[in-house]
Amino acid sequence: MKPLRRFLDKLHPHFSKGGKLERLYPFYEGADTFLFTPGEVTTEGPHVRDAIDLKRLMSMVIVALLPCILMAMYNTGYQANVVIAAAETGADVTIHGYAGWRVTVMETLGLALDPTSLISNVVLGSLFFLPIYVVTMAAGGFWEGLFATVRRHEVNEGFLVTSMLFPLILPPTIPLWQVALGISFGVVFGKEIFGGTGKNFLNPALTGRCFLYFSYAKEMTGDAIWYGVSGADAVTKATPLGALANAAGQGAEKFKEELANVSFFENFIGFTVGSLGETSTLACLLGAIVLIGVGVGSWQIMVGVLLGGLGFSTILYLLPADANLLFGIPPHYHIVTGGFAFGLVFMATDPVSASMTAAGKWIYGALIGIVTILVRVMNPGYPEGIMLAILLGNVFAPVIDHYVLQANIKRRIKRNES
Amino acid sequence: MYEHFAFALKNIFSENLALAFFLGMCTFLAVSKNVKTATGLGIAVIVIQSITVPVNYFIYTYLLKEDALIAGVNLEFLRLICFIGVIAAMVQILEMTLDRFFPPLYNALGIFLPLITVNCAILGGSLFMVERGYDLAFSVNFGISGGIGWAIAIIGLAGIREKMKYSDVPHGLRGLGITFITVGLMSMAFMAFGGI
Repeated sequence: MKPLRRFLDKLHPHFSKGGKLERLYPFYEGADTFLFTPGEVTTEGPHVRDAIDLKRLMSMVIVALLPCILMAMYNTGYQANVVIAAAETGADVTIHGYAGWRVTVMETLGLALDPTSLISNVVLGSLFFLPIYVVTMAAGGFWEGLFATVRRHEVNEGFLVTSMLFPLILPPTIPLWQVALGISFGVVFGKEIFGGTGKNFLNPALTGRCFLYFSYAKEMTGDAIWYGVSGADAVTKATPLGALANAAGQGAEKFKEELANVSFFENFIGFTVGSLGETSTLACLLGAIVLIGVGVGSWQIMVGVLLGGLGFSTILYLLPADANLLFGIPPHYHIVTGGFAFGLVFMATDPVSASMTAAGKWIYGALIGIVTILVRVMNPGYPEGIMLAILLGNVFAPVIDHYVLQANIKRRIKRNES
Repeated sequence: MYEHFAFALKNIFSENLALAFFLGMCTFLAVSKNVKTATGLGIAVIVIQSITVPVNYFIYTYLLKEDALIAGVNLEFLRLICFIGVIAAMVQILEMTLDRFFPPLYNALGIFLPLITVNCAILGGSLFMVERGYDLAFSVNFGISGGIGWAIAIIGLAGIREKMKYSDVPHGLRGLGITFITVGLMSMAFMAFGGI
């Protein structure tokens, strides 16, 4: 590490006040504190500091995301391999043009397109994941750097997490220019315009996805965008929730058939189609253990969302399903399908946009859980509800906090009067 | 029952009077600086909206509609002026009732109660009722859920604006500029039930 430190020290005068590159100081500072713990000490109060700062906090989230990232690579590659293998045996499948160059790269590397091979799956999956991630980093990093330079702030680590979350909630076949557009909207309008990390009210990654979702619905939802398998014949196929919503539109018989097709265990492990990182409930569970273990994510919110979702879907399940067949999805299926687990663990717990008060966290969590289920069963247009539910939760988080505080104040006044 | 529930959800969220139709914008932007007054105004809108839409429904169906009062006479051209009259009268009655029986609420609402008379979300509610041809049950539902939708939109915006006191917004956007962007982002989140 010594030469690295010496190199950074040599560069320091150029970036400090009066240096040639003074305006670019945020970039230098960002690289420096990423590599080394800053040596500065506080000169004025408060002197009592927590050992864990924003940088360590965000690194913990990245660690918690690792299982999801690995699963994203493996599962995306697996689903693509299965489809390609089926295509070669002559089954009736549509393969997107996107896969073309990836197949060429795989052939150049000398890797067979084999769904049973771990390495082949991971490499093919990373050929889907990495371009999206690189574009997210480049486009989002550009805006982050631009705002930091103009404002003379430090480049904030919050962006590292946003840029890691954003690719994981996108479908694997999304065009890369849309990735750049989405993250730009998320970073600029979701965060920077309000003053950067800690001052926004919506989750930036979800803002970006929501923007894409309503602007380019064709690339974000529907049947054609996932690589998937179904039965003996491989076809491109909708996500489990999308398939259920479709089947419900075709009558009770079809719905029952489709529900029997959805395997609880498969959805729990994550071998199903869906956005890159959201398919595996197991990986999210590992992430949740890390987040709660190091005290970064709020367990109150996670349990709140879980209870809200489970409780509300149980009530619906017990109601007669005459009016709406989707009421008949068993509660435990709601937890493992779609992005419920991923949103619950990584999105709802975003400390900036969530409720801050203790009682507020429970209300906020339950609200998200209930709205998620409500969107899923009531709205056949959007089979996936968690994204919009969390954004709605973000919008009302300040109000929830306000009323929790007012209730506390009232209670204390009453206590002092008597 | 289910139909009415879905209808109410649609009016509260995806077809929100404030966020999807941009009705009542002046009060929506001017009175959303703190949660307390926003809540008061929101409740007043819910009450007025759920009274005026059904009342206007009766007036329209039994007095103004073609052939309703006298066969062969169409009084629909009086629609606008009748609705405004009803709204103003209702606000006045509500104001006097509150003043007499709930003085604290009356004082808390203050100027906002008369302001509702000119809130276009209220008139818009009655006009939508006619234009979309709702029957009595749906009119009642529309009055209540439309009012609730407007109320939660303004309360949510007030909460966000209170929180935004700590934000570092670029100079040119301070004030109304950032509020409009916030409203835009909010309306994106409110799209949740857009497919019903």
